[in-house]
Amino acid sequence: MDIVFLLIPLSVVLAIAIGAAFWLAVDGGQFDDLEGPGLKVVVDDDSPAKES
Amino acid sequence: MSRPNPAPAAEDCFHCGLPIPRGALFGHADGGRWRGFCCAGCEAISQAISGNGLDDYYRLRTAPAATAPATEARPASIYDDASVQQRFVRTLADGTREAELVIEGMRCAACAWLLEQSIARVAGVAHVCVNATTRRALVTSTAELLSPVFEAVRAVGYTAWPCEQDHLARMEDGERRALLRRLWVAGLGMMQVMMYALPAYIGASDVTDDAAGLMRWAGLVLTLPVLLYSGAPFFTGAWRGLRAGRAGMDLPIALGISVAFAASTWSTLRGAGAVYFDSVTMFVFLLLGGRWLEHSARLRAGRALHHLVAWIPQSACRVKSHDDAQGEHVPASSLHPGDLVLVRPGETVPTDGTLASDRAAVSEALLTGESRPRERLPGERLVGGSVNAGAAFIMRVTHVGADTVLCALRRLVERAASERPASVQMAGRAAAAFVVLVLIASLAGLAAWWPSDPAGAVWVAVSVLIVTCPCALSLATPAAVTVATGAMARHRFAVTRAGAVERLAEATDVVFDKTGTLTLGAPVLREVMTFGAHDEAACVATAAGIGRLTSHPLDRALVEAAGATARPVQHQRSFTGHGAEATIDGSVLRLGHAGFVRELTGTAPPVTAMPGADTFVWLGGADGWWAAFRIGDALRPGAPAAVAALRKLGLEAHLLSGDGEQPVREVAARAGIGNALSRATPADKAAFVARLQESGRRVLMVGDGINDAPVLARADAAVAMGSAADVAQLEADAVLLSNSLDDLVIGLTTARATRRVARQNLVWGLGYNFLVIPMALAGAVTPLAAGIGMSASSLIVILNALRLARMPRR
Repeated sequence: MDIVFLLIPLSVVLAIAIGAAFWLAVDGGQFDDLEGPGLKVVVDDDSPAKES
Repeated sequence: MSRPNPAPAAEDCFHCGLPIPRGALFGHADGGRWRGFCCAGCEAISQAISGNGLDDYYRLRTAPAATAPATEARPASIYDDASVQQRFVRTLADGTREAELVIEGMRCAACAWLLEQSIARVAGVAHVCVNATTRRALVTSTAELLSPVFEAVRAVGYTAWPCEQDHLARMEDGERRALLRRLWVAGLGMMQVMMYALPAYIGASDVTDDAAGLMRWAGLVLTLPVLLYSGAPFFTGAWRGLRAGRAGMDLPIALGISVAFAASTWSTLRGAGAVYFDSVTMFVFLLLGGRWLEHSARLRAGRALHHLVAWIPQSACRVKSHDDAQGEHVPASSLHPGDLVLVRPGETVPTDGTLASDRAAVSEALLTGESRPRERLPGERLVGGSVNAGAAFIMRVTHVGADTVLCALRRLVERAASERPASVQMAGRAAAAFVVLVLIASLAGLAAWWPSDPAGAVWVAVSVLIVTCPCALSLATPAAVTVATGAMARHRFAVTRAGAVERLAEATDVVFDKTGTLTLGAPVLREVMTFGAHDEAACVATAAGIGRLTSHPLDRALVEAAGATARPVQHQRSFTGHGAEATIDGSVLRLGHAGFVRELTGTAPPVTAMPGADTFVWLGGADGWWAAFRIGDALRPGAPAAVAALRKLGLEAHLLSGDGEQPVREVAARAGIGNALSRATPADKAAFVARLQESGRRVLMVGDGINDAPVLARADAAVAMGSAADVAQLEADAVLLSNSLDDLVIGLTTARATRRVARQNLVWGLGYNFLVIPMALAGAVTPLAAGIGMSASSLIVILNALRLARMPRR
């Protein structure tokens, strides 16, 4: 059971790291639109033909 | 969660999903399947979408599109003007220009995709990003002119407005992000802290004391940010309440989590005793989760349109004289009384004034909810914000800026909103009294035990505070409201304001606006008078044939009435502002104004049009007058049934309208409303509601025009129609997206069910506490039992609230 003395502090560090990563993602605007981007990737047409 | 693509039924419009009016002949075959449309606008939009190869939109969408806008408020070319552009366009370092637009009419994520594809095809556009949640589009372009972007948006059925770079929008974005961060920190903390608490719950025997101590410390470390960062709004709220001298809902929450945290920290430092870190984090997470859902629902319901600059048009075409056909485009703010302004067809009247041309037809739909154009004679008043529905005209400016009707209305709205009676929430009052009670109880416990056992006395005092942790009480109402809001949204009854559900449930009187709310706000054929050799059916069929190809709302009413009997015509021509002309069986016939038809018949009309709310459309040819059609507003289908259902719920119905007495009384009688007030100005309406409130009634107002905004703001609860002006929606607590009054009844029923569930929850929370406080005072509550009691009481409240998700079906 000695392993818990390593794993518990590790889990705290991990949780803080995940929190920090998420924090950056929110500030980067990744959560501003929760619907649109999910749909955009399923539509194939990535390069709309420019009309000219 | 997205529902499968709602393919409209065969008789519904392929584009917007509305029922196709009888006899409308809009449609075409596509890939072997017939696509029917409700109007020419929807068909044109659908063709534009298909023509660009964007048919995927129809496959991907999760909600039907908005119906094609009836009139374009202003030509897109004004957005090319530098003085207009400086308000919403930024020039970036590399010389490209960045514009932010608000898009009206977005319904789902597929809309965002469609718009991105369409805007990206505009020449010069380098990058475009459409946000489906905030309904804003960020366009980067190398081109000087931005009108093609606005036109591209319009071609696919949306309306784009420039979004001013105001700090209010920025602040709201910041708030949203902060709330999301708090929620995530709380969620992450909750999951991890729960892990550390698990061994204590399951009574794991092989955990050494050292390991248990380490887990307590780990829990402390992860709870600290949850308490201090995620829980910060509760502390600031409690502090603000204390300073204002009242104990709100935030106080018991702040007290509960800090006492539980302090007691747990003490146990951690001592290395013995129970910890409640898991309860603290879970509680904070649940409360923030409720706030987040509420916030999202509000955003979805269109509060983002708050930042529209659509209140007043920004540019006007100033002319020097009546013969000046060119004019110069100037910002509307630089107009002065006495200026002459040219208003082209479809443009918005920039400010208040009088008509200087011979004749004009304007639609005041934005103001009154009625779409039918109104005739104006020289010298008559024109209200800024109405739309030119006829030929171009010249007006003389009389009022600008703060003196205009629109600004006066806005002031009225602001004042009415500030006078709205404050509804004290039951839960808040109960909780405040409860906190005082608990504090007294725990002090009493401390005093009673202190002489015999000082250490035990402290535990008793703390355990009273912990077991009574007001989780259940403070979750009682929010949990019920959150679940109910979601359930109502599925019925297209969008609650847009906090506290609205409680206020809806308390309503005792329903006040309806007439035009556009109880009535459709769109004309239908009500009476046919024939004068010649032709019978009624033949006249309607012929008129429908002539009017079929125009998009005039009055002609639409005729086409709808004729159905499939509309006669084919040749050489159809329309004369804007007058009527239409066509050849049938070799003879020329005209449909339109009396004067216009008279040019053919040569004689005066056989009857004079009765003055009233209805419009007369005449039909005649060289052989004389054929018929007159009385066309007017019709009652919304289902309105009488909805009024009857409301009465069954114990609500009294009233009708308020600015129209004349006779049509108002007629509509009231048909809808089954006994109490009607006609010729009411917006101020009269607000006063009427205030009188009801003074006599102790709780008023629910249902309306749709800008002129309803003050009374919507004044009423205890307000519901706006989905077709309502944005300003009216802004002042409303809820929006009837379906425009169906049936859903109003469903909404009210749900609101009352919500109140019932919230009360059950409160009773449960109080009952639980009255049971455990004596036990805690007697020293009979073990630390583990305190923790379990805390969590279980919250869970029961949430499970009870979830019952609301099962809503009555239509």
